[in-house]
Amino acid sequence: MNLLQFVHAFFGDGSHWHGYDGIPTRVLEHVRYSLEALALAAAIGLPVGLVTGHYGRGGNALALLATAGRALPTFGLLVLVVTWLGFGLGPVMIPLVVLAVPPILVTTYEAVRSVDPAPVDAARGMGMPEPRILFQVELPVALTLILGGLRSAAVQIVSTATIAAYVGLGGLGRYIIDGLYQRNYEKVVGGATLVAALALATLAVFWAVARLTVSPGVRRGT
Amino acid sequence: MSGFFDIPSDLQHTYAGLIGLHLREALVPVLVGLVVSLPVAQLCVRFRWLYPPVLGVTTVLYAIPSLAFFVVLIDYTGQSETTVMIPLAVYSMVVLVPAIVEGVRSVPPETLAAATAMGFGPVRRYVQVQLPIAVPAIIAGLRVATVSSISLVSVGMLIGNQGALGNLLHDAQIYNRPELAVNSVVTTAVLAILADAALVAVRLLLTPWMPKESAAR
Repeated sequence: MNLLQFVHAFFGDGSHWHGYDGIPTRVLEHVRYSLEALALAAAIGLPVGLVTGHYGRGGNALALLATAGRALPTFGLLVLVVTWLGFGLGPVMIPLVVLAVPPILVTTYEAVRSVDPAPVDAARGMGMPEPRILFQVELPVALTLILGGLRSAAVQIVSTATIAAYVGLGGLGRYIIDGLYQRNYEKVVGGATLVAALALATLAVFWAVARLTVSPGVRRGT
Repeated sequence: MSGFFDIPSDLQHTYAGLIGLHLREALVPVLVGLVVSLPVAQLCVRFRWLYPPVLGVTTVLYAIPSLAFFVVLIDYTGQSETTVMIPLAVYSMVVLVPAIVEGVRSVPPETLAAATAMGFGPVRRYVQVQLPIAVPAIIAGLRVATVSSISLVSVGMLIGNQGALGNLLHDAQIYNRPELAVNSVVTTAVLAILADAALVAVRLLLTPWMPKESAAR
């Protein structure tokens, strides 16, 4: 009840919808940070995962790397990186990318490796070169799982990008951090609601992308 | 007064004390999550139609950022350890329920039939056959839950120094002692890796029947 009143008060206040601290600005900033981090993490995780998955090697090394990546506390890493490199968007990207690479890498590897060997052998028997096997046979079959890995990485990035506000950047975390220091719970709850909504929107986007890109034949099988 | 392990007195804990606090704030939620997840997962296995909606709810819960979760709970449980532990327990459940369901479901039907033929009742079959076979999947889930829980406790620093080792990050800034931040990150990472290794060891102990080469992973 209390919570709903806070939410209502926050979104009902017209001054929260304009200017540099308005909801549209903060949402756009948050989306921008998240997209940049996801793009960077995908640029690292996808190629490595695809190639290692295709040749079915390096699984142990990847698992080790993923454990190490998960073990690093994101928030601590953020503070540390900012202490070393100074404030700015670049330093914030490092912990977010470290957070997002393990799920992308491990799922992509597992997805490609676990593709049914029969169609792969058939493609090889028909004389398909390895890159074509990877992109035209294995990738379409593994796409559902790969998108699942990207999705959980994206959701984690969206919810964690909140902490960028702690080191002076914008985004929806601004409301939560500022609200905490100002003892303004209306602002805090409003910010929290927006982040959760954005994370849910991310899930919806990935659902739609999977709907559009995964071949109907593969979808029927799963 | 500025050594790596000299913890500022405002934290009211020694280095070892902070480690103990951190482990408690991280591991108690995982245990609670496991205790709650086992029956929930069993219900999902028993009643198949229950699994998709449960999966939907857990996905939504996982989408709530930890900081937002903490802050919303302050209204109910104050700026306390409990406020940090409740979200972590929920996140653990989100990881554990699917892991246990997949693990229990992966038990081959012949094995179940054999157990039934030997006169095992449903309870005994669950405890002595299904659960042991599901151990690798459950431990895999526990590893992810434990490592992320240990990492997330640090965020508790933002709600009034409830982040155990994470509190060092705040002191690193106000006292301008970056080595405290290094200490916090390194210690947390080492704790996470040790906890992960301990779970792998438990897995090896509980599943002596697994082939050795896959046990290495």
